[in-house]
Amino acid sequence: MTQLIIVCIYLTLLLGLGLSASRLFRGTSKDYLLASHSIGPFLLLMSLFGTTMTAFALVGSTGEAFAEGVGVYGMLASSSGIIHSLCFFLIGVKLWSFGRRHGYTTQAQFFRDRLESDRLGLLLFPILVGLVIPYLLIGVIAAGATIAGVTAGTFDPGTFPASWEEGARGGVPSEIGSLVICGVVLVYVFFGGMRGTAWANAFQTVVFMVLGLVTFVVIAKQLGERETLLESLRAASAAIPEEKASRVEIGRLTFFTYLLVPLSVGMFPHLFQHWLTARSAATFKLPVVAHPLMIMVVWLPCVLMGAWAAGVPELAEIQPNLILPVMVRQAGPLLSGLLTAGILAAIMSSLDSQFLCIGTIFTTDIVLHYRRGREVSEREKVLYARLFIVAIVAITYGFSLLESRRVFTLGVWCFSGFSSLFPLVLAAVYWRRLTKAGAYASVLAAAISWAVLFWQSQFGLNPNFTVAGMMPVVVMVAASSVALVVVSLVSRPPSEATLAKFFRE
Amino acid sequence: MRHVVPLLVAALLVLHQDDWFFGFWAEPKLVFGFLPATLLYHAGISLAAGLTWYLAVTFCWPEELDAVEPESSESEAGA
Repeated sequence: MTQLIIVCIYLTLLLGLGLSASRLFRGTSKDYLLASHSIGPFLLLMSLFGTTMTAFALVGSTGEAFAEGVGVYGMLASSSGIIHSLCFFLIGVKLWSFGRRHGYTTQAQFFRDRLESDRLGLLLFPILVGLVIPYLLIGVIAAGATIAGVTAGTFDPGTFPASWEEGARGGVPSEIGSLVICGVVLVYVFFGGMRGTAWANAFQTVVFMVLGLVTFVVIAKQLGERETLLESLRAASAAIPEEKASRVEIGRLTFFTYLLVPLSVGMFPHLFQHWLTARSAATFKLPVVAHPLMIMVVWLPCVLMGAWAAGVPELAEIQPNLILPVMVRQAGPLLSGLLTAGILAAIMSSLDSQFLCIGTIFTTDIVLHYRRGREVSEREKVLYARLFIVAIVAITYGFSLLESRRVFTLGVWCFSGFSSLFPLVLAAVYWRRLTKAGAYASVLAAAISWAVLFWQSQFGLNPNFTVAGMMPVVVMVAASSVALVVVSLVSRPPSEATLAKFFRE
Repeated sequence: MRHVVPLLVAALLVLHQDDWFFGFWAEPKLVFGFLPATLLYHAGISLAAGLTWYLAVTFCWPEELDAVEPESSESEAGA
């Protein structure tokens, strides 16, 4: 019960923070969606990092290290440190400058202008929303699993409907935990908009980094059971099974081709929106430098804890998604309550940006774009954004009730889809010869290859699905790149006016 | 330094593939008695990435973008 009370207090604090930020709301949709381009380096770093470090980073990485060994760190964390910052540096700053210069709020606005195609926005809209849904799903599933795992044994049998109690082991059923988390995030996103989201992200990022390190020390002491921390670390690591202490369980080609997965950040719609909140181009410098180091601070302890868990016989039968919550639970009621708040902070700091982003792209790319001359008031714009967010969250929550895939597997499919669109954004920013037809061909090739491979992987149920030993993302990126280049070269180039607008130097 | 930074990024991507050069990726050896060798190596890659990106923003920053100002109103955005 103590854990549950602490989690409730934390959620209340968060609501208070979001509502406080709403007092600074300037009443315009631009302020609601982009915080009036006022975000400085520290808040941008925290919100970009908090947004990219999801349930995938904490719950997923620990679970995956438990299942596959410590190679998970090299596969996604160190590679992300290189690739994410590369995307911020090469893509983010340029897109910020286009957004600032021409008043864009969404990716579709940029692509419509750059490629002189209205319908391209219509093609991108369902693809981007469709890819954000599994990303949301990762957070919603992990939130429910975390709360259920940590509160296990709190309630007597019969407290909840029998079908919900299965797997909850006397804890808060994941159906309720997921719903509460969705509700809390919805409330502070509704009232705080982008400014509230950025503040909440910064607060939650500090919370999950500090509590993450505390978790690491506490679990090391518990597993190692020695006098000093170093001795406990040694004892805990000594029990790691040999195959989990190396990366022999991850094929060489799989490891190499994973490098393409972090390219997804170049096309995340919620990151695009965060990039546009920056006060100036120079605001990006701190996030570019600090991002790899912050990834290390979060991932290294999580991966090590997952590997330790693989050496504990009592945990052998635990589902990977539940490894972190179950380990945290063993830290005692007070501490496990605080640590759970830290895990939920990481989850919610991504959900909020994604919620806001899908509302933004619906309002901007559909409602405002197709308003056919009718004036839409600032109040109506915010209302439409909020209604669409509720609809998408309801759909995602519905999916979460049926979902049984590993958080990590779902994440990789979602990120691979965004990575397959990376050639489009790269070419749009740097290649003058990219054409409208080339862009359509690239998006369609990405969508079709993703759908076929996802189907072949039994819709993600096979977590080890590869294509000739390579990650499926290779096929998707290759297909979209080839289609983009070939079709662009044989079709009519963009007009001189458009090229002059985007290529000045 | 402007021309060195892209080479450093390329070097990071190559060194990230530890199995091309080193054998410890397949060995369960623990450094300092608790840190798997492959994990320590990739933590080093993360630190090197931070340093490389520091050099990038110091020597390769697109200064001309710092002076960007809005040219069109929000309502005009998009085709």
